Amino acid sequence: MARVQLRNLEKIYGGTLKAVHGINLDIRDGEFMVLVGPSGCAKSTTLRMIAGLEEISGGEIIIGDRRVNDLPPAKRSIAMVFQNYALYPHMKVRGNLAFGLRITGRPRAEIDAAIEQVARILEIEPLLDRLPKQLSGGQAQRVALGRALIKKPGVFLFDEPLSNLDAKLRASMRVRITDLHRELKAEGLSSTVVYVTHDQTEAMTMGDRICVMESGRIMQVATPKELYNNPANLFVAGFIGMPEMNLMDGAMEGGDFVVGSQRLPMGGDLAGRLSVRPQQVVLGIRPQHLSLADGGPALKARLTNAEFMGHEVYLHADCEGHRLVSVVGAPEFEDIGRREFIHLRPSFDSLHIFDRSDGRNVSLRGGSLAA
Amino acid sequence: MADVHLNKEAVDASDEMAAMRRARWDLISATIRYALLFAVGFLMLYPLIWLVGASFKTNSEIFSGAGFLPESPTLDGYVKGWQTSTPYTFGRFFWNSFLIILPKVIGTAISCTMAAYAFARFDFPFKKVLFGSVIAVLLLPNVVTRIPQYILFRDLGWLDTFLPLWVPSALAGDAFFVFMLVQFLRSLPRDMEEAARVDGANSLQTLVFIVVPMLAPALISVCLFQFMWTMNDFLGPLIYISSVDKYPVSLALKLSIDTTEAFEWNRILAMSVLTITPALVVFFAAQRYFIEGISAGGRKG
Repeated sequence: MARVQLRNLEKIYGGTLKAVHGINLDIRDGEFMVLVGPSGCAKSTTLRMIAGLEEISGGEIIIGDRRVNDLPPAKRSIAMVFQNYALYPHMKVRGNLAFGLRITGRPRAEIDAAIEQVARILEIEPLLDRLPKQLSGGQAQRVALGRALIKKPGVFLFDEPLSNLDAKLRASMRVRITDLHRELKAEGLSSTVVYVTHDQTEAMTMGDRICVMESGRIMQVATPKELYNNPANLFVAGFIGMPEMNLMDGAMEGGDFVVGSQRLPMGGDLAGRLSVRPQQVVLGIRPQHLSLADGGPALKARLTNAEFMGHEVYLHADCEGHRLVSVVGAPEFEDIGRREFIHLRPSFDSLHIFDRSDGRNVSLRGGSLAA
Repeated sequence: MADVHLNKEAVDASDEMAAMRRARWDLISATIRYALLFAVGFLMLYPLIWLVGASFKTNSEIFSGAGFLPESPTLDGYVKGWQTSTPYTFGRFFWNSFLIILPKVIGTAISCTMAAYAFARFDFPFKKVLFGSVIAVLLLPNVVTRIPQYILFRDLGWLDTFLPLWVPSALAGDAFFVFMLVQFLRSLPRDMEEAARVDGANSLQTLVFIVVPMLAPALISVCLFQFMWTMNDFLGPLIYISSVDKYPVSLALKLSIDTTEAFEWNRILAMSVLTITPALVVFFAAQRYFIEGISAGGRKG
């Protein structure tokens, strides 16, 4: 069992600066949980508190069924992969892998067998007698992964492990790590993962669930799909999705959304979804849900730029002082041609309405909220 | 067409000329630069070269000219100098120096590393005050503490022993080394130590297996400095050592000046050469690490 529970976890620096505001998070056994958020949102601090590298100012951390608040890192049944790999520079790869087992006094034969096994899994057998400085970024990353794997921990902690790699390698390591997680799980080994990243692509592609953080608070915990389709608040809505969700300040008047001089009647199932009916709202439309229209209910906007991305075009437009981005197919754009004003029609079933006073999404399907 | 061809040839020729001129100028410039460097270097090294040369001269020849090549080289200075005017050979004094240097260097390396590790990596009560006092000690002239130290060691019954010469240093008494190692440690990333902690190492294991190997260049510099300064230390032994059989080489050299009326300069010079030899050998052997150590200490963290 390697369930990780954070209960009212707090971190206060220097007695006054609150970095983590009493967060609660339940990470299931075997789950791949991604902590994601912008720089300074305390995701790394949270991870380091789970690891035992950072002292806890308040609350509890429970790994398995043990409260680990006062346990040193080594006794928490965790292994960690660091951002810059943190390989011991004076030890060969073999020594790096063996260190954790050697220090805990395991017999030599067992250590050798474990090294062999891990090296085979990660395909680093030819590198065993090299020093870290003789490794490429990707190789060093695999060795760092091996050092975590060899300990057979209950929980793997990853602190932005791919951020030092180039884009191509990052993509392949992403797949490799998720594959590895699945294999461990299939073999019945404990394989809970807590993975910190600021990259939403990593978060969306790797996580079973994602915990979005901002300024030391949890904004939403949900599966990638849920997070994308049902962002609980403005922050999550703006953070998840590429390009970013279009957000327009406006007002609700008799079932219509009013922005500046334009009035957009709300169609689809939107009216039924609203849990409350605030006056001042923010309308959220993903660029993918905004298509070119010739007539009917649509927003009129001035086209400012069109970015050709290959199979699609990002249209940048100005609508009543709000910057809108729409992703349309390249042929569709070519049909319409370049003109000054365009009409953009949202897909009403995918619209989001946020209460402007507290940023809450009042148009959630099935009332799903932060876990 | 022919004109163009000719023109091209002319341009090629003038290019070639310019290249040759440049090459010649480069050669001249390099020759001047190296000659100047060599001359200044020679000038600076001349006393040392003269010292080595003069140690093979006879006493009468030493003051007859400023040249360093002996006319009739002799080992007389070395043979008689080694015998000394005391019942002991110079070997005894080397041994005494060794008995001071060995515990001092080892003790300094261990104690300063531990103190620096504590200051650089741990939080403990009054850390700032304590580190402040380390720096204050660094700025304090040595001479200020001479008398209190002397009284302290006298009360401990350590006079005329080697203890006052190495025990303070072996207890991280050299603030300069602690400061130097703290600066070096601050420039090292903490990730490796954290990885070691996650791997199950305690603080001491982390220090020994992870930090010390990374600290090696700085530690080599510390040991080298300590070795050379101890080898050269004259005042310390002069104050605390009174028996001739406990003299280190620095005092022994002075001894040969004191006890004879007409100084046997060739013996003094010969023994001086022997005295600086260990420091020179150690320095050149460890030069690479030494420079790495002191330059890395100044790197920003």
